[in-house]
Amino acid sequence: MELDKIEDKYLKMGEANQIVFSETLQALAETDKDIIAVTSDSRGSGKLVPFAQKYPKQIVEVGIAEQNLVGVAAGLASAGKKSFAVSPACFLSARALEQIKNDVCYSDNPVTLVGISAGVSYGALGTTHHSLHDFAALRAINNITIVAPADNFETEQAVKLAAKHDKPVYLRFGKKAMPFLSEENQTFQFGKGRVVKEGKDITLIATGETVYPAWLAAKRLEEDHNIKATVVSMHTVKPLDVKLLENLASNNSPIVTVEEHMINGGLGEACASHLFQKGFTNPFKIIGIPDEYTITGSQVEIFNHYGISEVGLYETCKTLLNLKI
Amino acid sequence: MMTNKEMKLKSVYLRKNLLKYIYHAKAGHTGGSLSCVDTLNVLYNRVLNVDPNNFKNPNRDRYVQSKGHCVEALFVTLADRGFFPESDLETLCRYQSHYIGHPTKKVNGVEQNTGALGHGLPICVGEAIAAKLDNKSHRIFTLLGDGELPEGSNWEAFLSASHYKLDNLYAILDYNKQQITGDNKDVMNTDSVREKLETFGWAVKEVDGHNLEDLENALNNGPFEAGKPNFIIAHTIKGKGVSYMERNIKWHHGVPSPEQYELALSELNQAEALIE
Repeated sequence: MELDKIEDKYLKMGEANQIVFSETLQALAETDKDIIAVTSDSRGSGKLVPFAQKYPKQIVEVGIAEQNLVGVAAGLASAGKKSFAVSPACFLSARALEQIKNDVCYSDNPVTLVGISAGVSYGALGTTHHSLHDFAALRAINNITIVAPADNFETEQAVKLAAKHDKPVYLRFGKKAMPFLSEENQTFQFGKGRVVKEGKDITLIATGETVYPAWLAAKRLEEDHNIKATVVSMHTVKPLDVKLLENLASNNSPIVTVEEHMINGGLGEACASHLFQKGFTNPFKIIGIPDEYTITGSQVEIFNHYGISEVGLYETCKTLLNLKI
Repeated sequence: MMTNKEMKLKSVYLRKNLLKYIYHAKAGHTGGSLSCVDTLNVLYNRVLNVDPNNFKNPNRDRYVQSKGHCVEALFVTLADRGFFPESDLETLCRYQSHYIGHPTKKVNGVEQNTGALGHGLPICVGEAIAAKLDNKSHRIFTLLGDGELPEGSNWEAFLSASHYKLDNLYAILDYNKQQITGDNKDVMNTDSVREKLETFGWAVKEVDGHNLEDLENALNNGPFEAGKPNFIIAHTIKGKGVSYMERNIKWHHGVPSPEQYELALSELNQAEALIE
């Protein structure tokens, strides 16, 4: 099954997370005049055209100038505005990295950095437009919360929390429509992973748009082999939910991490680093993009190529479980 | 309000002070700090609406020192204005001190953490847009070094400041025409900065950056043109006030020996005695 052929029998289909971002921001802006969107000629891809039409005084356009984007957002935040700096994740997190480090994080200006079309959302546009370094780059910076929501629920909650948060936040959104995962009894907090499926045999810890293929793989493991997998949306990559991580590892079952990011410096390495230092020795596999420039293709094709897919993760889990046996 | 003579005496005092703390810390950006002392003196004693005892007043004027490496000039000025006890500067650059080699918000009176170049102006553009949105009348000032002008972020910000008609924004160029490697014209030519800024939609004034009255007239009589951001080219001398440091690039971040320190103080004392 392909990611873009979602099985409605399992889950309710939603919108692309970045559409939910813009709708949520617009709803917040209606009652809060301090909400300011700052964009780098990216209101189209950021789905902010309706926002701009409705609240023309609450959008600041800086043109294609990411350093200035982040600096201006820092100045606005410093003056009491709730600024959301919106730009493709690849440029925001690389081109403006020093502004993120100094003007936002070091100066403690509570900007929300919104990386849109993240990961390999731009697919065949290639490496220049992929953001597979952003977790690694931003994890190395103090005083920032890094969040990659899995579904529309997490996205809406994350945007609302970011607007209230008094510290820098990085939100990472993609272009692909996402299904709602685990609709009952939901809670969302920065820094607290969300268990979307409970099991005991193996754990899949995923983030952002990779939670869904992890969920599908878990479903298939159960149907084919009666293997019960836990699936976690580790939406907050930093600070990591180490308590949950230790709980998940405590039964010694295998752990697979999944991310739309290079393996270097991403979620998987963060989890491995913590667990290893705490003495855990669970079988462990990191699924992400290896240290190479990605192959050409759509997001789905790239996911499939690197095993970030229902089938790929299903096979990875089976291999790990066999190794354990 | 200080008299003009007291203002001149203050500049000499600030120069002596920054040399003292650089000398004791055995670190500092001496030449560029000396070149911007007069601007800081005028800003903090004649221009900025800031209150050391209520620094976070939302209606205060903002000053962001983009040329953050010349923090010694800022620190002695802030101490002199009562933002913190001058004796705090005895810890300058020492283990666990808040008084590090670049501006930090841990120090009362510092608006933003700076040091990396090309950062001050974009932040001030954001501050100036926010002031306009809120119909606030306070002004936003930033001090740029000429060595940081080539940073692309400045030119991004120059564009947006005029686009948003930020006539509440004042960028002051401490134009001493030298940077760490040598003269600007040899490293990256800044000769036509006035024409460039005017083309970018800024209103530009040029002043003698060591003439306190000229500085005050420019800084307190804006906007120069309604709807245009204000750019002040303050022509200065790197190492101003100490003869052997003036225009000598080795004093970009040189620390004086005991003999050089005494000589510098004696020159400044002589200059002080001649002030009328």
